[in-house]
Amino acid sequence: MATPRTLYDKIWDAHVVRTDEHGTSLMYIDRQLVHEVTSPQAFEGLRLAGREPRWPEANLAVPDHNVPTTDRHLGIADPISRLQVETLEANCREFGIQLFDMGDKRQGIVHVVGPEEGFTQPGMTIVCGDSHTSTHGAFGALAFGVGTSEVEHVLATQCLLQKKSKSMLVSVDGELGRGVTAKDIVLAIIGEIGTAGGTGHVIEYAGDAIRALSMEGRMTVCNMSIEAGARAGIIGIDEKTVEYVRGRPMAPQGELFEQAAEYWLGLNSDPGAEYDRVVHIDAASIRPQVTWGTSPEMVLPVDGAVPDPAEIADPVKAGSYRHALAYMGLEPGTPLAQIALDKVFIGSCTNGRIEDLRAAAEVARGRKVASSIKLAMVVPGSGLVKEQAEAEGLDKVFLEAGFEWREPGCSMCLAMNADRLEPGERCASTSNRNFEGRQGQGGRTHLVSPAMAAAAAIHGRFVDVREV
Amino acid sequence: MKPFENFRGIVLPLDRANVDTDAIIPKQFLKSIARTGFGPNLFDEWRYLDQGEPGQDCSGRPLNPDFVLNDPKYAGANILLTRRNFGCGSSREHAPWALADHGFRVLIAPSFADIFHQNAIKNGLLPIVLDEEIVDELFELATGDEPLTIDVDLHNLKLDAEGRGTIEIDIDPFHHHCLIHGLDDIGLTLTHADDIAAYEQRRAAEAPWLFG
Repeated sequence: MATPRTLYDKIWDAHVVRTDEHGTSLMYIDRQLVHEVTSPQAFEGLRLAGREPRWPEANLAVPDHNVPTTDRHLGIADPISRLQVETLEANCREFGIQLFDMGDKRQGIVHVVGPEEGFTQPGMTIVCGDSHTSTHGAFGALAFGVGTSEVEHVLATQCLLQKKSKSMLVSVDGELGRGVTAKDIVLAIIGEIGTAGGTGHVIEYAGDAIRALSMEGRMTVCNMSIEAGARAGIIGIDEKTVEYVRGRPMAPQGELFEQAAEYWLGLNSDPGAEYDRVVHIDAASIRPQVTWGTSPEMVLPVDGAVPDPAEIADPVKAGSYRHALAYMGLEPGTPLAQIALDKVFIGSCTNGRIEDLRAAAEVARGRKVASSIKLAMVVPGSGLVKEQAEAEGLDKVFLEAGFEWREPGCSMCLAMNADRLEPGERCASTSNRNFEGRQGQGGRTHLVSPAMAAAAAIHGRFVDVREV
Repeated sequence: MKPFENFRGIVLPLDRANVDTDAIIPKQFLKSIARTGFGPNLFDEWRYLDQGEPGQDCSGRPLNPDFVLNDPKYAGANILLTRRNFGCGSSREHAPWALADHGFRVLIAPSFADIFHQNAIKNGLLPIVLDEEIVDELFELATGDEPLTIDVDLHNLKLDAEGRGTIEIDIDPFHHHCLIHGLDDIGLTLTHADDIAAYEQRRAAEAPWLFG
């Protein structure tokens, strides 16, 4: 009998074009997503070398990082941002790459748009010049972020030079408690294995709690694999996966879809397949999570308190904690539930999908944003998510509660557009990174789930969403 | 890419773990459509006391005297010594562009984030992974009265640190080959165009929906 293989092994084996004497493989890349920030230098590289994209139709481009979330019809006010978006448009025209421009209702964050269009499919290798490409692993695809040189490499050759990663299985066993979400799962995993815990690995998420998640929830988990250091996260393919893809515009249709689905379901990890590392997490023990520091691993359950660096034995880690507390303006021992907020951001490639907006709206329904909150904003992940949310009346729920309802884009996840924190402002955010300055210079970010963010907006501080 | 030449350099000790790419080059500078010019904004939020904006002349900006990069003792440093998980976070290649543009040629840490590591190599910037204990020793030496100098010999895979002696380094053989020869790996891959075409043909028979 053949050696049992993991899902990652099978996708890897199916994509190796050749392997050289150093053990480096040329890996075929099925699809590439392109956005305005990490692509201009790649297209320029093609031009300088007189090269053409090998397979233009394997790419899909959409501007997302720089786009404004208000007054879209006015265009982009910042001339530097505008030039970058216009450069993407010009490059796509020149090289024959499909683009959803700012006026297209399908425009949105690349990692929301790819799955929505059926561009993302199981078993594929997918890259993008963006670290949150790991999101697409929710479909049982091998998806990872690359730098601009590799964007150019894929455009020119449809391949990448790769060494096989190690594998890690993270099994989330049992059932989640009420009010605990995919975001809490992934934050708890990062808290457990650390922000470099997955370095050099592809993480496969498994277990009852992962199987029970919707595709949206699985995307949230895979999205933050990079925050655990893993370039890629992946989840086995099941009927939920297949049904999500079925009928989407860029998915295979008819008989070809049935053929594809049969192939996809055969890619799952074999019983007895071995992993370099296995981590078990008890789903029932996960509580709603809140980050308190400047790295996603600095995370605790909402009923916890800010830790004391003096109690940390490792001097490097203690130093990081001290830096983080100084930056965050927090004292050791402060209960997380006493931390008051200035702003709330609901959106991003982590939590900007319809299910996220439904969860936040459920908490906000019939309530008001606290008067101490300067701004609470909801930014749908794409134009289609926005349209769906409006069809369900979620926009009204948010507006009546005092949230702003914006146009789709990356927005205040990384604050490349006008949406940002001012120095010292504290934000409950459904995004993925609480790094120094991430949401604006001097801004202080706490990562939470959409329901926790909505509850924080209502109360002006963190509260346990299970008690709301 | 230019071939990597052996050199003797000065070490800048950046004593922080998990330095992320947002810290290396903040987001507002990613709006540039060029590949060069990021050096003055390297570590912008730690380095200056004001808020940096793209296109600004940085020569008159107020420097943060507490940030090590601004310490005159380390002027001209081209080897960055730092702590674990350097370059975590975003895949922005602007991070190695900024480090290289500032003049760094070698980075030493107990570990690097995967995407950053790959991006560094693609830009002729040499990331060297050393045991935590050796990194501790180098920090000790680099934070003394005199800056630490190191001879970097990539060809023979060793460092010679003043006061510490020879340290062997381990680099992926393919990366080593690319760095010392300054190879353009797109050109290299294109020499295998026949293999790629054969793969596509094989794959289209097995998974036709991918090519529909």
